[in-house]
Amino acid sequence: MAQLTYLEAIREGLRAEMRRDPRVFVLGEDIGVYGGAFKITEGFLDEFGPWRVIDAPLAETANVGAGIGAAVMGMRPVVEMQFADFVTDAFTQVVNMAAKYHWRTRMPLPLVLRMPYGGDVKGGPFHSQCMEAWFAHTPGLKVVAPAFAEDAKGLLVAAIRDPNPVMYFEHKHLYRFRREEVPDGEYATPIGRARLVREGTALSVISYGWMLHKCLEAAGLAAADGIAAEVLDLRTLAPLDRDAILTSVRKTGKALIVHEASRTGGIGGEIAALIAEEAFDSLDGPVIRLASEDTPVPHNTGLEAAFQPTVAEIADAMHRLAAY
Amino acid sequence: MPADKRPATVKSKRESPRSEERAGRLPADRLLEMLYFMRLQRAVEDRGVKLYYQGRIPGAYFTGWGHEAIVVGAAAALAPDDLLAPMHRDLAAYIMRGITVGEVFAQFLDREGGPTRGRDGNVHMGDPRRGILPFISHMAASVPVAAGMALACRQRGEARVVLTFFGDGATSTGAWHEGVNFAAVFRLPVVLVLENNQYAYSTPLDRQTAAQAFVDKAAGYGIPGVAVDGNDVLAVHEAAAAAVVRARDGAGPTLIECRTLRVRGHSEADKFSYVPKALLEEWAARDPIVAFEERLRAWGVLSAEIDEAMQFRVAQDVEDGLAWAEASPEPDPATVTHGVYAEE
Repeated sequence: MAQLTYLEAIREGLRAEMRRDPRVFVLGEDIGVYGGAFKITEGFLDEFGPWRVIDAPLAETANVGAGIGAAVMGMRPVVEMQFADFVTDAFTQVVNMAAKYHWRTRMPLPLVLRMPYGGDVKGGPFHSQCMEAWFAHTPGLKVVAPAFAEDAKGLLVAAIRDPNPVMYFEHKHLYRFRREEVPDGEYATPIGRARLVREGTALSVISYGWMLHKCLEAAGLAAADGIAAEVLDLRTLAPLDRDAILTSVRKTGKALIVHEASRTGGIGGEIAALIAEEAFDSLDGPVIRLASEDTPVPHNTGLEAAFQPTVAEIADAMHRLAAY
Repeated sequence: MPADKRPATVKSKRESPRSEERAGRLPADRLLEMLYFMRLQRAVEDRGVKLYYQGRIPGAYFTGWGHEAIVVGAAAALAPDDLLAPMHRDLAAYIMRGITVGEVFAQFLDREGGPTRGRDGNVHMGDPRRGILPFISHMAASVPVAAGMALACRQRGEARVVLTFFGDGATSTGAWHEGVNFAAVFRLPVVLVLENNQYAYSTPLDRQTAAQAFVDKAAGYGIPGVAVDGNDVLAVHEAAAAAVVRARDGAGPTLIECRTLRVRGHSEADKFSYVPKALLEEWAARDPIVAFEERLRAWGVLSAEIDEAMQFRVAQDVEDGLAWAEASPEPDPATVTHGVYAEE
């Protein structure tokens, strides 16, 4: 077990797959000579050379399109969006060209888009967005969003090996958040499987990404007040691990969903509907959603704190829900 | 914006010489094969139009009427292992690269036997197994993907070329710019064939570009551009063959602007009243198939006997293909949720 940051775990997973499989290559802006805006691919150019570590033009449609073309040919491209926000410039390539490819042709499209996303990085409205729901709403795409370094490595490996386009949402605030134990060597974290991070009986907290850590902190506070919250890390947003969600909610009878993406049209609504449809008989209280406000992501620290769910708000929601 | 800003056919200094004297380099069987595919596209689409008006083709129906010289001339420049990223007026190219006439009709009829098995309609098809990228409705979206296909060839050291077709409207998109630029930056083996048919649906050229000619755009990407008569199959072929050689040699992409006129509507639902009658008449008199037939007859390549046999073969291929498609089942509604994801 190595002590790695989330960022180092991504780098390790990516490098291991590139060493293992000559079809795997990376393409993106400033990723070669410069090593990437976040230095994920530092040293890669020297190790793998310019045809596997491709410094690309500032052109997301070209870069994603080129990744698709290479995947069509049986390569295993990992295309980096410098910031996930910039994927809007490649939207047709992602949702029309890539997502519908297998359905139309019955051929694999092993493409990974690395999506550095999320706030609490002083990034403002164009460097902080959480747009995972757009892609989870698009049939044909897989969407993963690890919260821990171990899963950051394992899900990236799984994404690269997957025969489908995978949107790999890596949270920028978690890059250097802390060091965690990460297994050595080769492993893949299965896509489509949530993980129970904390067991409890009073209520189920369903979250992912940076908010998952806030939920764990809030669960610690609630535990001091005698509320045993169970915390489920979704890890994959498409396809959702419906069984894990329903199993937990049937056990606790209460559900709190927390995500950093804006509330309206977010993944939380889908999960709430799933629980209402499939576990209504088990519910002892309302399904509660905590999400960021329905505004663009503000730049100012105070505004952003007011925008996102806080640990105190999550703990408060746990108390409200436990009281039912 | 003055309507007469641009003549119907833009003249360019880089207009290629008449292909007449060079035609002798191609053996007679190659010339006749090109004529066969041009006739086959016209015949399949002619039958398609009839099926459409009979209400047997659901949705929209598109033809490449008048585009046959571009499609066949360019696609005939490819080697067996080369790759194709076509669009919606390139029917012969799909067939030349291995999709059968039966599969084409099955696609038109939304049957299981079509390349998309009823999941997509009309010419929105392809087959990566046969090196044909499936086309989507978003114009020029295939251009960056074609660049990526060429990138993979380059990465693996394969001497393969990717040829992609697009229209004049497509050149206005960001995808076209980004894709051409990407291919140029990495000197990828891509051949860029512009089918300038003067109208993007109803939109004329002066609403697509302020450039004097599309081919002038090539300079902005640091790649060569050549303009040819899109109704002269041998002129197109010569330009495409040179571009293919250049691409295969590692010299990067070439833009070929092929000038023609779309002599039918954008789709069969479009009565194209916005196209001036005189312009239509001018180009209709220059039908690429008729022009090629006349030349082949004049050269003694197309005898009456060969002509008759070829016409019989084309008609038979259409009948056989349609029969095959009609025997193909409708997709099973129970499979509607299948195939969204590829399995491991």
